[in-house]
Amino acid sequence: MTETVLGWWGVPLAILGGAIRASTPYLFVSLGECLTEKSGRTNLGQEGNLVLGAMTAYAVSYLSGSPWLGVLAAGATGMLLGLLHAWVCQFKKVNDIAVGIALMLFGIGVAFFFGKPYIQPTAPHLPAIGFGNWSDIPQVRAALEINVLFLFGLLLAPLLSWVLSSTRWGLMLRTVGDSSDAADALGFSVNGVRMVATMIGGFLAGVGGAFLSLYYPGSWNEGLSSGQGLIAVALVVFARWDPMRCLYAALLFGGAGALGPALQSVGFSSGYYLFNAAPYVLTLILMIATCSPQRTLTGVPGELSITK
Amino acid sequence: MTAEALTSPFQSATALEVINLCKSFGALRVLDNISFQLHRGSFHALLGGNGAGKSTLVKCIMGYYHADQGSVLIDNRKREINNTRDAHQHGLGMVYQHFTLVPEMTVLENLVLSRSPIPKIINWQKEKQHLETLMAETPFKIPLHKKASALAAGEKQKVEILKQLFLQPEILILDEPTSVLTPQEADEVLDMLKKWTRSKNLSVLIITHKFREVMNFADDVSILRRGKLAYSGPLAEKTPAMLAELMVGNEEIASTGARELVLKGDIRLDIHQLVASNDSGAVAVDGISLQLHGGEILGIAGVSGNGQRELVQVLSGQRSPDSGDIRVCGEPYTASREEMARHKLYCLPEEPLRNACVPRMNLVENLALRIFDQPRYTRWKWFLNRQALKAHALKLIARYHVRPPELERWIETLSGGNVQRLVLAREISGEVDLLITANPCFGLDFAATAEIRRQLMEARNRGVAVLLVSEDLDELLELSDRIAVIFGGQLRYEAPIAQANMDEMGLKMAGH
Repeated sequence: MTETVLGWWGVPLAILGGAIRASTPYLFVSLGECLTEKSGRTNLGQEGNLVLGAMTAYAVSYLSGSPWLGVLAAGATGMLLGLLHAWVCQFKKVNDIAVGIALMLFGIGVAFFFGKPYIQPTAPHLPAIGFGNWSDIPQVRAALEINVLFLFGLLLAPLLSWVLSSTRWGLMLRTVGDSSDAADALGFSVNGVRMVATMIGGFLAGVGGAFLSLYYPGSWNEGLSSGQGLIAVALVVFARWDPMRCLYAALLFGGAGALGPALQSVGFSSGYYLFNAAPYVLTLILMIATCSPQRTLTGVPGELSITK
Repeated sequence: MTAEALTSPFQSATALEVINLCKSFGALRVLDNISFQLHRGSFHALLGGNGAGKSTLVKCIMGYYHADQGSVLIDNRKREINNTRDAHQHGLGMVYQHFTLVPEMTVLENLVLSRSPIPKIINWQKEKQHLETLMAETPFKIPLHKKASALAAGEKQKVEILKQLFLQPEILILDEPTSVLTPQEADEVLDMLKKWTRSKNLSVLIITHKFREVMNFADDVSILRRGKLAYSGPLAEKTPAMLAELMVGNEEIASTGARELVLKGDIRLDIHQLVASNDSGAVAVDGISLQLHGGEILGIAGVSGNGQRELVQVLSGQRSPDSGDIRVCGEPYTASREEMARHKLYCLPEEPLRNACVPRMNLVENLALRIFDQPRYTRWKWFLNRQALKAHALKLIARYHVRPPELERWIETLSGGNVQRLVLAREISGEVDLLITANPCFGLDFAATAEIRRQLMEARNRGVAVLLVSEDLDELLELSDRIAVIFGGQLRYEAPIAQANMDEMGLKMAGH
């Protein structure tokens, strides 16, 4: 009996596996939001993008038979919502937070409206690679079964980091996000750059949604996201607007999310709901621990409306 | 050729010509038929009081604003300049008055950012070497890896100038580049620009209000007065007095008021080893000790960003100190409202609209901020006595000439000078024992400046203890009884005004 062989060692293993599985949506949404916020706008609509992306991916995968087509479609809807956000926000005296909340509700509403028929049927899932196939222990194999999207995310974080630090476009983006005065003086189009950044951010959030419905948990229902898009936005603040730190933070939150199921798998079931709340508690603790009334945040883009 | 040479071989040609330029903001005519020429290879100063239209004029030239009428000629050819991009293409560069550096980026990144075009993929090693070679041609030494937000104001200004110089413009416009520099630093910068007008045929148009710089460096001078051109031509034979008269016309200027002999009072403010941090948590005030007596003005000189802001914020209750001891009239002071009222401590901070007003409250409400809880202005203890507050406001507005005298107006709709007068009225019209003030005349025109300085001097003569933190050396020399220099959060120099040495103060301000 391998389960008895592993015993309590199954917990860290399950957390590792869970961290990799559950972190993917956090990773994609936070990388997208990181990019958007670096350009000087907060898009709270990411939660809407995530949910709508999940629904779209599931529907398109079911109808076309190709999960990858579903992922692209999810990205496209995210991009559209991002475009809408950027278009509304370019007008004077429009508050990006308020628009974000409106779009979040809009995205969720649209997803629920069109998603009703897809709650029952089963759509083809995204493939995973079994990095643990060398082992006989099922827990190891389960933990190391890694989805291709996660690998994309793993590459995306350093790529974004490099784009932001060493390319013309990255420099422009950071300028626009940090000082629109400076951007104006340099002749950059502030609204144009922000629009592109918000659209890419929306695309990534949509892809994160596709992961939810097409891999883990792997079905479409209305309680699918339960606020993961919003947590990911908070996670960007915790990661101090750095893509690599977004990756680590996403893994941390994914691991926290896996705590409840991991404990349950070894038969420790009391307080199950309490452990399931770990990501939310962690969000609160981190937010309190990393803020101070005496000093401003470092690394925060100067144009963000929350810091102005 | 020496930098002091008055004539230049290139001066015959015209680099830039402005013809009949007009610009209005709403009903206000800011520029009225301005025409002048900037000669190639010359150093041209643009003078004028605050609100005379200098900044608007150069922003019209740079395409930042669109002129209502008139044209701009570059190399005798009419050019359509609709944005700063166009301006750069025609060889124009400008150093703005507000900093345009990206605060979260390093100096290196900021300098690469201004390259045109920016390379698609940036080779940081190569850029660094390239910029280091270029910087060696200038007298500036700025650490390239430092974040722009961590630079002192003087360093920022130098980076702004470097940014433009690296683009090798033919015409360089600078908007008050020396306002944040020490006199020595200013000379260093202007000397280099002057040399480049001779050796590289650069044409410089510089906005300044310091006659000393104009007299030492300018070839030509143009003077604006209330949107009209009062003079444009060679500087030769113009004296500072003549320039000043051209700037203000025959306006009446209030004199500062005489310093009366006042007996030095008791110690009103006693600060011992005060330490305070800035917004990013770094130590900004680093062990300051000072004593301030009644009937004296203690001036604190220094380039901005050396802890002045934090010091004033601690005294006005906007920031809590990390350590140290503050006593007012011998009693411990924690900047509570009750203590301020009891010790009659008042504050006129810099940027009063931001630091001492509620922008979207009206004049009555803003004038009531210090007194609304006093028995005279309340009813049944918990309610405001609107009548009394209104009467109080009317009295002060009339006495301090706040315009327009409309009580129901939001204060943010007033001009800078009127906001300043209103806050001054609130803070020093009553009984005052101790007044803390920072850059009280920043951004004000001649008349308003003179008025406020007169009020401060009168307060001193009444026996008020005044702490005057200012970046304007002339103001400090005019008003202070004692003067100290702040650098890096520490007081580096202190002397009675009669013994104050300008050169030494300049060096201390730069940290030498």
